[in-house]
Amino acid sequence: MSAAVPLKDNWKEQQLFLSRLIAAGLIILVLTGLLIARLIQLQVVEYQVFAELSQGNRLRIQPLPPTRGLIFDRNGVVLAENVPAWELIVIPEEITDLAASLQSLEELELLDPAEHESLVELVRSHRGFERVKLVNLTEAQAARFAVRRHHFPGVDIQEGLIRNYPFGELTGHALGYVASISPADLERINRSDYAATSLIGKSGIERSYEDTLHGSVGYRQQVVNAQGRVLLDPAASAGGASRPESSQGSLETRWPVPGDNIVLGLDVRLQAAAHRAMEGLRGAAVAIEPATGDVLALVSVPAYDPNRFSAGLSRADFRMLNSDPDKPLFHRALAGHYPPGSTIKPFLGLAALHYGALEPDRRAMCPGYFVLPGHSHRYRDWKPQGHGLMDLHESIVQSCDVFFYQLALSLGIDHMAAFLRDVGFGARTGIDMNGENGGLVPSREWKQSQFSRREDQVWFPGETVITGIGQGFTLATPLQLAHATATLAAAGQRFQPRLVIATEDTVTGEMTVSDPVRLEVLSDVDEVHWQRIGAAMVGVTQDLHGSGRTAMRGTPYSVAGKTGTAQVFSLAQDEKYDADEIDERLRDHGLFIAYAPAENPTIAVAVVVENGGGGSTAAAPVARKVLDAYLLEEEPSVAR
Amino acid sequence: MSLGSIELGVGPAAALRPLRLRGLVVDVPIMLAVFAICTLGFVVLYSAVGESSSLVLRQAARFTVAMLVFGVIAQASPRALRVWSPWIFCVSLGFLLLVMVNGVVGGGAQRWLDLGLFRFQPSEIMKISVPMMVAWFMHERRLPPTFTHLLVLLLIICVPTLLIAQQPDLGTAILVMASGGLTVLLAGISLKLIVGLGLVALGSIPVLWNYMLDYQRARVLTFLNPESDPLGAGYNIIQSKIALGSGGLFGKGWLNGTQAHLEFLPERSTDFIFAVMGEEFGLLGLLLLLGLYLLLVGRGLYIAAQAQDTFTRLLAGGLSLTFFVYVFVNAGMVCGLLPIVGVPLPLVSAGGTSMVTLLASFGILAAIHGNRKLLAT
Repeated sequence: MSAAVPLKDNWKEQQLFLSRLIAAGLIILVLTGLLIARLIQLQVVEYQVFAELSQGNRLRIQPLPPTRGLIFDRNGVVLAENVPAWELIVIPEEITDLAASLQSLEELELLDPAEHESLVELVRSHRGFERVKLVNLTEAQAARFAVRRHHFPGVDIQEGLIRNYPFGELTGHALGYVASISPADLERINRSDYAATSLIGKSGIERSYEDTLHGSVGYRQQVVNAQGRVLLDPAASAGGASRPESSQGSLETRWPVPGDNIVLGLDVRLQAAAHRAMEGLRGAAVAIEPATGDVLALVSVPAYDPNRFSAGLSRADFRMLNSDPDKPLFHRALAGHYPPGSTIKPFLGLAALHYGALEPDRRAMCPGYFVLPGHSHRYRDWKPQGHGLMDLHESIVQSCDVFFYQLALSLGIDHMAAFLRDVGFGARTGIDMNGENGGLVPSREWKQSQFSRREDQVWFPGETVITGIGQGFTLATPLQLAHATATLAAAGQRFQPRLVIATEDTVTGEMTVSDPVRLEVLSDVDEVHWQRIGAAMVGVTQDLHGSGRTAMRGTPYSVAGKTGTAQVFSLAQDEKYDADEIDERLRDHGLFIAYAPAENPTIAVAVVVENGGGGSTAAAPVARKVLDAYLLEEEPSVAR
Repeated sequence: MSLGSIELGVGPAAALRPLRLRGLVVDVPIMLAVFAICTLGFVVLYSAVGESSSLVLRQAARFTVAMLVFGVIAQASPRALRVWSPWIFCVSLGFLLLVMVNGVVGGGAQRWLDLGLFRFQPSEIMKISVPMMVAWFMHERRLPPTFTHLLVLLLIICVPTLLIAQQPDLGTAILVMASGGLTVLLAGISLKLIVGLGLVALGSIPVLWNYMLDYQRARVLTFLNPESDPLGAGYNIIQSKIALGSGGLFGKGWLNGTQAHLEFLPERSTDFIFAVMGEEFGLLGLLLLLGLYLLLVGRGLYIAAQAQDTFTRLLAGGLSLTFFVYVFVNAGMVCGLLPIVGVPLPLVSAGGTSMVTLLASFGILAAIHGNRKLLAT
C-alpha cells in the first residue's frame, strides 16, 4: 500500500490517527458522563417532584385567553365590546367516543346535527389536551347541560367572552366581524397563541387589526387527577387551604396580556344617519375628513348583523346570507365597482384647465347631442332639447354632457387618464382594511393589454368622448370617489384614507395616536383652477339650475357638490329612457359627491345608490343627512 | 475454522484474527450488542405503541431485512468498498436531487422517494456515503489534509447537508454533517485550526445577536428555553422530563408508564422512546442501554485502530463516532440537554430506513475488520 504512494508516511499517519481516536474516545466518555449526570439529576435528585407530577396526579397546562381589545369611534362611543357567555367545550383526549358524545349533545338540542361533520373535523384538528370550543350556549341551554354534566366526560361548559357590537348591522361593514376559528384559520395563526381563544377576526377591522386586538395568551399549570378533575389550581385557589406543598414550586401562572383598544376615525352619528337614509336601498356612502384622510362614515347596504357571526352562525344561515341576491356580505363601499358618471366632471374640468385644453371662459353651444367630425353617431345629452350656450361653470352646474364630450376630445385620453390617476382613481387607496378593489381608469395601454384581438386593442375617439362623462370603461369605488372629493376639498392635499386613528395599550393606558398618511400633493395645479371648480360645485347646490339644489336647499352651511347618474343599461340610438319600463336592476345608479362647508371643508362625502335613478334624487338626499349629522348635531359627550 | 475459535475465552489472539464462520464474516461483539439493543427496543416499543404486537412485528420484519443487509455488506472486501465509494456517493446525491424534484411529501417535508415496492429516505444513505467519500478522498493524499483538500472536503460535506436541510430535515442534516466532519477531524486537521474555528464561532454569536430582529431573537430564546412556551414547542420537553424523572432509579415497570400510556408523551414510539424507557425501566434501564451503545462504539473504535490503510481507518472511525452522536443527540434532546431536533434513538425507535442504514454501517465495520489483510509484523 505504502509503496504505491511513496509520499505517504504510513506510520506517522497512523500515530496521528490514533491520537485523534484516543481524543475522540475521551470526549465520548465525557459526554456520556454528562448524560448520566443529567439522568441522575432528573431521576434521582428531582425524582420526588416529577413522581408527584406524574403518579396519580397529572400536570395540565390550562391556557388563559387574552381579552380582545375594544373598538371605539372618534368620540369614544363603544363599537365593539366583549360580553360574558357560556361556551360548550370538549377536551379531545378525555373523550372516549367523540361521535356518540356529539350525538347525545345534539339530542339535548345543544348542537345542530347539520354541524356534526364539521365539529368532528374541528375537534380532530386540535391536540388532545387543547380545549376546543364547540358553540355558545344560552342561559337555558347551559343549565340543561349542567345537570347532565356527569354523563359527558371530556365535555364541559365554561364562562367565556363573546364579541358584541352594540350598533349591530349599522357598523357591520365598517368593523367586520369575528367568528369561531376554523381549520383554515389554524393554518395561518400561531396555534399556541390562540390555544385559549375561540374567536378570530374574519373581515374588516377585526381582521386587518387582528394582531393588535388579540393580545397574547397566558397559561396556568394545574394538577388534575386521572379523570381530569382539577386538584390544584394555583391561579384559582390563591390562598386556598388544601394544597400539597411539595409540588407547589413547579406550578406557575402567566397571565394573558389583553389586546390593545382601537380608536376609529369613524363618527357613529354619521354612520347612523347614512345607514338610516339608505334603509332598503342598495349602495354605499363614504365620508372622509379632508385634512387627515380619516374615514368618518363607511356604509354599505344592505348590511348584516356581525353579532350573528360571533354568537355562531349555522352553515345554513351563512349560506342564506351568502346567496342573497342583494349580497349583504359584499362590501360595496370598498369593493363595489361603479361607473362614476357625471361625478367625474369636476375632475376632468380641472384637468382641462390644468393642461390648458380649455380656455377658462370658452363657451360652446349644446344642441342636446354631440357628433364626432366625420361620424353620424349622436352622443346624447341627458337633456334632449339641449342646454344652449354653455361655459365650464354652467356645464358643471347643470351637468351638461355635450360640453364635456368636447372637453374630453380636446383633452385627450392620455391627459384624462393621467390626471384621474393622480387624484387616486384606478388604484387602491391603501385604506387599512382588507378587501379593497382598485377601480379602473382606461387608457390606450390598458386597452392594448386587456384585449387579445388586434382590432379590439385600438383606442377609438368615441371611447374618449364617453369617458368625458364618466361612462364607458371607467369604474370607481365609493371609497375612491370620497377620497378624490376630499382632494378637491383640500385643494390638492392628499391623505391616505384610514379607519384607525389611535391604539390604546390596555395595560399601561398609553394612547398611541398615529399621524395621517400624507400622499403626493397635486402641487402644480394652479390655485385659480381649484377655486373655479369649487365655485362651480357650489353652484350645483345653489344656482337656479343646479342639479343638486333641491336636496341641499336651506342648509345653514355651503355645500360644493356634484350629481352623477350612471347608466347600467344601454339604450338604442333612438330609444328613450323610461324608468318604469325597464327592470329595477337595470335602472341607473344615482351618485353624489360633496364637501362642506365649501369655504373651509371639514367633510367630503360620496354616495352611490344602485339602481336608484338620478343622482340628484337618489343619492344627494343621503349626502344631505350625513352633512347635517356632522355639521349641525352636537358631539355626543361620552366619558372615556 | 471451527466454531470454538470465536468464543471470547480463546484469548486476545483470537480477537485480532478475522472471524469467519464457514467462510462468512461475522463480527460477534457487534452482533451481540445489536441483538441486545434491538430486543430491548422491541420490549419498549411494545409498551410505547400501546401494547400492539402488529407494530412490533413490523419493526421485527424491518430488523430482519436490516440483518440481511448487514450480513451481505460484511462480506465485501475493504478494497471494493473503497473503489465503490465515489459511485455510491454520486448515486445518493442523485437520489437526493430526485427527491427534491419528485419526492413524496410526508409529515410536512419532502424527503421520501417512492420506489413502487417501498419508500425510503435517500438522506439516510448519506450518513454512510459522506464518510465513505471523505475517507476515499483522503486515502490517496497525505494526512493531515492541506487547505485546498479541506475546501474540497467542505464541498463534499456541505452539498448533501444543505440539500437535506432544505427538505426540511434538520435532524438528519446534522447527523450527515457530523458524519463527514468527524471523519475529517480523524484525518488530523490541526488542533489549532479546530480551536480557532470554535473561537470564531463563539465570538460571532454576540455580533449575530445584535443584527437579529426581535422575533428572531424570540425564536432563539424559545429554542434555548422551551419551558417559556409550554403550549407550543415546550410541551414535548416538559412531558418527557416528567416521564424520565418519575421513572426514578428502578422505573415504574414494564407497561406501567403513565406518561406514555395516558398519551401525555408525544412521539412515544419514535423520537421520544428514550423517555418511555426511562419511565418504565428507570435509571438502571437507561444505563444498561447506554452501556450497550458504548460497547458498539468501543468495538467500532477498536476496529478503526486496527485498520491498516487510511480509507478503512477513517471510515471505521467516522462511522463509529457518528453512531455515538446519533445516540447522544437523541438522549440529550429527550432529557433536555439539547434543543429538540428530529433524531430517532438508533436501533430502538420505530422506523425502517434508519434501521437498515445503521446495520449497513455496522456491516461495513465488520467487513473492514473481518476481511483485512493480515500483515506480518
